[in-house]
Amino acid sequence: MTFIKKTLASSIAIAAAMAMATSAQAEISDGEVRIGYLADMSGTYRDLAGPGGLEALRMAVEDFGGSVNGAAIEIFSADDRNSADVGASTVREWYDTRNVDLVAGLVATSVVVAATRVIEENNGLGIVSGAAASAMTNEYCTANHIHWVYDTYPLANGTARAVVEQGGDSWFMLTADYAFGHSLEADLTKVVEENGGEVVGGVRHPFPTDDFSSFILQAQGSGAKIIGLANAGADTVNAINTASQFGVVEAGQQLAGLVVFLNDVHAMGLDATQGLLLTTGWYWDMDDESREWAERYYERVGTMPGMVHAGIYSSTMHYLNTVEELGSDDPVEVRAAMAKKPVNDFFSRNGYIREDGRMVHDMYLARVKSPEESTGEWDLYEILTTIPADEAFRPLSESQCKLIN
Amino acid sequence: MATTQPLELSPGLKRERRAQQRRYAFYVALVLMGLVAPFVAYPVFLMKVLCFALFACAFNLLLGYAGLLSFGHAAFLATGGYVTGYLLSSYPALTPEMGILIGTAAAVGLGAIFGMLSIRRQGIYFAMVTLALAQLMFFFFIQAPFTGGEDGLHGVPRGELFGFISLRNNLAMYYFVFAVFLFGFALIQRTVHSPFGQVLKAIRENESRAVSLGYNVDHYKLVAFVISAGLAGLAGSTKTVVFQLASLTDAHWHMSGEVILMTLLGGVGTLFGPVVGAGLVVTLQHLLAQSPLGNWVGPILGVIFVVCVLSFRSGIVGEVLKMYRKNFK
Amino acid sequence: MTMIFGVPLAVFMGQLLLGLINGAFYALLSLGLAVIFGLLKIVNFAHGAMYMLGAFATLLGMRYLGINYWAALLLAPLVVGLFGMLIERVLLRRIGHLDHLYGLLLTFGLALIFEGSLVNIFGVSGARYPTPEVLQGGYQTGFMFLPKYRAWVLIAALGVCLFTWFMIERTRLGAYLRAGTENPALMQAFGVNVPLLITLTYGFGVALAAFAGVLAAPLYPVSPTMGSNLLIVVFAVVVIGGMGSILGAIVTGLTMGLIEGLTKVYYPEAANTVIFLVMILVLLLRPAGLFGKEA
Repeated sequence: MTFIKKTLASSIAIAAAMAMATSAQAEISDGEVRIGYLADMSGTYRDLAGPGGLEALRMAVEDFGGSVNGAAIEIFSADDRNSADVGASTVREWYDTRNVDLVAGLVATSVVVAATRVIEENNGLGIVSGAAASAMTNEYCTANHIHWVYDTYPLANGTARAVVEQGGDSWFMLTADYAFGHSLEADLTKVVEENGGEVVGGVRHPFPTDDFSSFILQAQGSGAKIIGLANAGADTVNAINTASQFGVVEAGQQLAGLVVFLNDVHAMGLDATQGLLLTTGWYWDMDDESREWAERYYERVGTMPGMVHAGIYSSTMHYLNTVEELGSDDPVEVRAAMAKKPVNDFFSRNGYIREDGRMVHDMYLARVKSPEESTGEWDLYEILTTIPADEAFRPLSESQCKLIN
Repeated sequence: MATTQPLELSPGLKRERRAQQRRYAFYVALVLMGLVAPFVAYPVFLMKVLCFALFACAFNLLLGYAGLLSFGHAAFLATGGYVTGYLLSSYPALTPEMGILIGTAAAVGLGAIFGMLSIRRQGIYFAMVTLALAQLMFFFFIQAPFTGGEDGLHGVPRGELFGFISLRNNLAMYYFVFAVFLFGFALIQRTVHSPFGQVLKAIRENESRAVSLGYNVDHYKLVAFVISAGLAGLAGSTKTVVFQLASLTDAHWHMSGEVILMTLLGGVGTLFGPVVGAGLVVTLQHLLAQSPLGNWVGPILGVIFVVCVLSFRSGIVGEVLKMYRKNFK
Repeated sequence: MTMIFGVPLAVFMGQLLLGLINGAFYALLSLGLAVIFGLLKIVNFAHGAMYMLGAFATLLGMRYLGINYWAALLLAPLVVGLFGMLIERVLLRRIGHLDHLYGLLLTFGLALIFEGSLVNIFGVSGARYPTPEVLQGGYQTGFMFLPKYRAWVLIAALGVCLFTWFMIERTRLGAYLRAGTENPALMQAFGVNVPLLITLTYGFGVALAAFAGVLAAPLYPVSPTMGSNLLIVVFAVVVIGGMGSILGAIVTGLTMGLIEGLTKVYYPEAANTVIFLVMILVLLLRPAGLFGKEA
């Protein structure tokens, strides 16, 4: 009897001790912070985030120290192959089988729209660094994701307004024929008209298109001063290249690229892109802090980081800092806590997270340098002006987000 | 009182009955495995395999048994998927099985139209017509507002089966998908082993002879086409409910190519070939996607394809059957 | 300003000219496919990949070997053609006796291998290849600015098409080729090395695709998937023209280019799809294609 009592007593004691131990760590689920990185690793958007973004994520975790309050940080990644199917099912699997705490990366809009649904269903947390569509904090906003780096609203607003103010008041819209292109075209038209310009014509090209010759021809025939490129990625690159073949800029028209990234300009070369006006969320050479981080990234990856890479680092750091202070990785709590701290690091100036999940921060109007002005392979932009955080993004008063209304 | 002797079976009939019993035992074993599977592997992955297996089986009915290579089967997968997805998202009162039924019916209808247009052609011309028709559907899906175009149709609710069984639970969803698969598979099995199936086989072996025997060959081919299209649509509809998403990937011609690959790899003209092929391809894609080798899926599948065409034209199941017959008969 | 259905005449003429240039390009690509199918009865699904390899050979030739554009015009098709002959000899010959559907499937698998491997090495974003100096700039034709390079593409493509047509339909070698595929046993009996002829033909068809690839390098981004989307369009052209007909491929290619060009003006969203609509119509009305002979 005594033996059984002893065994029983010690078992209860052990059980109690274990319960106390686990409850002390119950704040960090499973004793680990798990970050899943989802991006296009091999397709059109590979250079926008891709493997480079994963490195930026790793840099943030390493710089943070590799663990949060004693809990290890685990990073895993998957290639979404630019497909909503693959992206959504990967995120679903991560929730069902790997207890993921944060979904990071999230690049192509079509993937992100589907993935954030899954994140919402699982009451998780996602930080969207890539997707361009401003709809992510508008019609598609959820309480479970934050849109970190940029969206089409400041891109369109910044660039278009600057162009019109410089005298580019007649526009021809070259639009990619899908939802993203249409919404970009709508945003652009609004800005152009608000600032006294006029849209004299436009054409919608199939998405994607390799051969822009006939569309460029129509743009030339319209006589508009500005050809607005309401498309992104390979389409924008192809359109710019074709325009240079047809001597568009020499003949006096100007191109306005709305969604152009550093890696695109680098790939196209300054010959084709010089003078192009664009809006960006960050530039590696804009100040000392940025340069310092960019150089570290360059050593690891071999190419200069763009705003998305920097944004991934910045958002991960902010997340880890919040988890540490809070002592918990519960997605809902973390999301609320992240919004209470401002975001001020080398990437984001005057940044903070709004109720609709939009992280607003200063944006910059830039001009692509000419080959003569550039002193190095990556010396590509000249920053012209800063667009303050509060002016750059869609005001809450115009928002259709369900969290606001 | 007359004593009746039990009928003595001839050795041949005895062998036949034993073979049949073995076959049934085999089927029962597989069904049991299927019932237990979700406790061993991730159910959503299994459901993906089952949907693609059904898709491949449907395709194989046309290729392996009717001898028609369709290069546009993705159109039926997508039609089932989009119609079901749209109806279930827009009409919350609609139960999932009704949504799937209507989606499948849409695929059957499309199959009838496409079938009538393409049946008159043979061989490569038939394949090209199906490809062209599928491309037209692809264009339709891009342009039509209800599909969500590039973004796809997402947020499709899983709903409650028959009004009371919640499919949000992965396990419940799995058993439903398994039941759908079994239904489709059984339908194909019955079709193939029926008199209709025999005529199809005759047409595949020698069409002019079948014509001279008085069979309305076009009619038979059309029926096979419609059944194949309908089952492909069923696969697409079910897949949409599982993943709560329908997208252009389902309608792209690469999808048509993938189902050909699955069927060839598994074994054209065998009942289980497409299932094995689908399982292999989906598993391969899944394993590689999560590894640094993620982007070698394409070339690896290509190599398997080439090797199959050169040396394993009967596919995995076909080769296994050949070995079995050689060693056990 | 004269308008044609709401479009100014100048723009209309410009689009027609562009359409013609695209058409010549389609014709060149379909030609190789038609040659291979017409003479070898192989549906070469690797044709798009061969076109892409031609473009890559041009790009890499310049990058690593300093081979300029004009040399590439000769060398790239040669290299890719030899590669094609190797494929035929080692792989395709083994299934030559089987149903032609297997040729389709084999070449489909090859395309997957070539494209997938190159995506891993070079990524998916296209690389730029500079327009050769002599052909930079353009002509002001009065209704549009025509880049010199595109005018060159028109001339080169049409030239090669006519040369090929002439060679196959009007020379002795072409006659051997045609006879060899209609009745190989008989030709073999006459002492003609038919297997060699077949290998050479496949190589030639593939070289035509590679030549188109060289022409394409300064126009479009050189990426491993550049052939994949063009491929089904090119198939449509060949099927419309009649699967074995050389003349059919040329005429249809040019016509499709024009039709597509016009579509881009009036209903641009459908530009990628109009060709399939035409294919269905043609196959319903003339099952063997416009210039084909029913098998």
